Amino acid sequence: MKSRMAYPYIVWLSMFIVLPLLLILYYGLTAVDGSFTLDNFQRFIDPIYLRVLWRSVELALLSTAICLVLGYPMAMIIAKTEIKRRNLMVLLFILPMWMNFLLRTYAWMTLLGRNGVINNILGWAGLPELNLLYNASAVVLGMVYNFLPFMVLPIYTVLSKMDQSYIEAAKDLGANNRKVFWKVIFPLSLPGVISGVTMVFMPAVSTFVIPRLLGGGQLMLIGNLVEQQFSYVGDWNFGSAISIVMMLFILISMALMTRFDKEQQGGVGLW
Amino acid sequence: MFLVLLGILFPMMTGCSDQETLYVYNWGDYIDESVLRDFEEEFDVRIVYETYATNEDMIVKIRSGGSRYDVAIPSDYMIERMINEELLREINMDRITNYHYVKEDLKNLDFDPDNRFSVPYMWGTVGILYNTTMVDDVVDSWEILWDETYEGDILMMDSQRDSIGITLLKLGYSLNSRDEDELEEAKQELIRQKPLVLAYVVDEGKDMMVAEEAALAVVWSGDAVIMMEENEDLEYVIPKEGSNLWFDNMVIPTTSENPELAEEFINFMTRPEIAQRNAEYIGYSTPNLGAMELLDDEITGNPAAYPPDEMLENLEVFQDPGDFLSVYDRIWTEVKAH
Amino acid sequence: MVKKWIERSYSGLIFVFLYAPILVLIIFSFNESRTRGNWGGFTLHWYADLFRDRQILSAFYYTLSIGVISAVVSTIVGTFAAVGIYNMRYLGQKTILNLNYLPVLNPDIVTGVALMTLFIFFNFRLGFLTLLLAHITFCIPYVILAVLPKLRQLDKNLAEAAMDLGAKPFYAFRKVVLPEITPGIITGALIAFTLSIDDFVISFFTTGSGVTNISITVFSMARRGVNPMINALSTIMFTTVLLLLLWINYRTNKEKEEDEDEKELQMYNVLGTAGDTLSDDDRV
Repeated sequence: MKSRMAYPYIVWLSMFIVLPLLLILYYGLTAVDGSFTLDNFQRFIDPIYLRVLWRSVELALLSTAICLVLGYPMAMIIAKTEIKRRNLMVLLFILPMWMNFLLRTYAWMTLLGRNGVINNILGWAGLPELNLLYNASAVVLGMVYNFLPFMVLPIYTVLSKMDQSYIEAAKDLGANNRKVFWKVIFPLSLPGVISGVTMVFMPAVSTFVIPRLLGGGQLMLIGNLVEQQFSYVGDWNFGSAISIVMMLFILISMALMTRFDKEQQGGVGLW
Repeated sequence: MFLVLLGILFPMMTGCSDQETLYVYNWGDYIDESVLRDFEEEFDVRIVYETYATNEDMIVKIRSGGSRYDVAIPSDYMIERMINEELLREINMDRITNYHYVKEDLKNLDFDPDNRFSVPYMWGTVGILYNTTMVDDVVDSWEILWDETYEGDILMMDSQRDSIGITLLKLGYSLNSRDEDELEEAKQELIRQKPLVLAYVVDEGKDMMVAEEAALAVVWSGDAVIMMEENEDLEYVIPKEGSNLWFDNMVIPTTSENPELAEEFINFMTRPEIAQRNAEYIGYSTPNLGAMELLDDEITGNPAAYPPDEMLENLEVFQDPGDFLSVYDRIWTEVKAH
Repeated sequence: MVKKWIERSYSGLIFVFLYAPILVLIIFSFNESRTRGNWGGFTLHWYADLFRDRQILSAFYYTLSIGVISAVVSTIVGTFAAVGIYNMRYLGQKTILNLNYLPVLNPDIVTGVALMTLFIFFNFRLGFLTLLLAHITFCIPYVILAVLPKLRQLDKNLAEAAMDLGAKPFYAFRKVVLPEITPGIITGALIAFTLSIDDFVISFFTTGSGVTNISITVFSMARRGVNPMINALSTIMFTTVLLLLLWINYRTNKEKEEDEDEKELQMYNVLGTAGDTLSDDDRV
């Protein structure tokens, strides 16, 4: 009965998500002349391309982990703030994301550059210059910066109205703060955590602007590769095949990650 | 009451739709917008203006036919590709009365012989921009970008054709080479160079060079002029092995619904005063002799922006690699993923 | 007390991290020089140029309208979908959810090109409508991702209890479920809006007829160098929203305080010394 509420979306989904997916599958499995072929996939099974995929997943995982570690405490802090200031904090947290992405990334380059703001400050303080730009760390920084709010917000929403009685019960039973956190709070917040991880990890794998600008074009990630195929080379077939492989890879990784959550508590679930 | 209101509004609305509309598709920030306003006033039309970031994005939109464009401004090799794909309409040159203002040696190039499909808008070269305080050696060859003394101080272009192209030139081959061995050599050279490169950049390179974060960079002449204005220590040179000559020309896609108006527009843009205003705003080089006369001598006398004619002979224009693109792409991926 | 200090410094650091680039961005809107490489002197002329630039202002208008409309529509559809999905049986739920993720995990260019092809296949002229449809499509999954955890957190018994007490299903939904998942809905709406106003690739391929947004305008300047007019626009947007937020916050808190003061006054009158206990409980 209530599940009927989803029907409008299911219609939408079949038009705007399934049809395009079929399109991509079609392109991936055909050659330029329209004939069926597995060549596009075969082309991808090549150490060079696989290395690109692996690197992207690595960096995305790292960024997601950092977002989680940095974001969870932040979500807790916001959830504990008095109601008066809470909403303001949430909005202030997301406000920077409303400024154009390219501008913010350029601003990071000004901050991180050799003669940039940070190095200038270090210079005044007599500290040595740091190589902060045009490497993998800069890319991770950029990704964390860009995706942090997407990790914090879902976790915060779950923490904000957490049933206090569980926590009180645990404390009454003699658990110290640490136990309360790991045994009660964290598991209860898992749905939010999984949403957060999903909203960060997936786009992080396929991002291409951040590696291009902050990585100085030195890192070829899968997002760049796909973009190159579709845009520069015009080889939609190969591009589609790469996307499909990437899709499967990510879905499988997510399934593995959510194995944590056996009882389907998180259940934003994959497989 | 309602009928009266309708009566008043209706002519206003039809008035709006009576006005002809011209759809222009251009690079971002690549025109003096007051020029568009003047065209609208003079010809009593409305201009709808859209922008794109790369030639490739543009051709996907135009090819798809989902949106109509009357005038677009692609680059040389892309025009060749569009002609081959029959995406362009021939321009009735009789209507481009200002065509004679365009410099002779910038006409009739390989990508559009006899200029049947395009009229030049902006042009330039590719060269090395270097910081005189950071570079002691004489800069006259692409070799210097492989010089280990400048490790970590070199900026290359994050563009397949440009970077592979200049490497081919350095090796003494053609920019447009399709020889597998030559390309393999170029690939090896680029891989060899990679540890020395600070970054592969596009626009950001401008800020970097002005801020003196790097000593050498491969840049377009137009950008070089802008950068040199901001930092006096910068110099621009076209290496002796030769370089790339690039063009952005105005074309009319076949999907245009108002080609006559499009031709009017192209002719309008080729007027000396208009071309001059665009050149001043953008800062790149104009192919329009009339405009050049109207510009400051300081600008036209700058060899970076307006190199002497003899130099032009050493420069090659990009050709459309066609199917060969996948080879270029593979090379580039190998270099980047290394 | 140490804990409070640690919390404060931590949030402080995070906020510095978030806002440092914004500060840089704002400063450069006053830079005479066009590049970010050096400081050419203080100027307001980019702001003046901005107001004369019809293209950018029109892009701004479209960005906002698409942003608001797609946020609203995707939030409504997404919330209902989330509730529906939550109540579906295992297999159906899994399938729908996995399909739901495709716009999230696909590279933008794949989604953009696929949607463009779809629209053209159905003979839609690319323009405002197609742009809107595309934005709604990639926003809904995020709304669902934001609302679903709240649904999981919900005590199923609550809704049932309400219905046992005689409430009709939709009434139970409205009065019991909805208030509980509201934080998720708001988060979803915020995320949807954020994604919409900053999207370039998907927008580029699904728009036409002169409809453009700020992201397209900015990315199109990638070859030439982003014109500081954009910095000026961003600064104005930022300051406006910031001031608006602070003002709204101030007003709602003032109202809340006034309400609370009223209630307290009443309580004092009714309960006398019980007022002391109440002020302690205010510290939630």
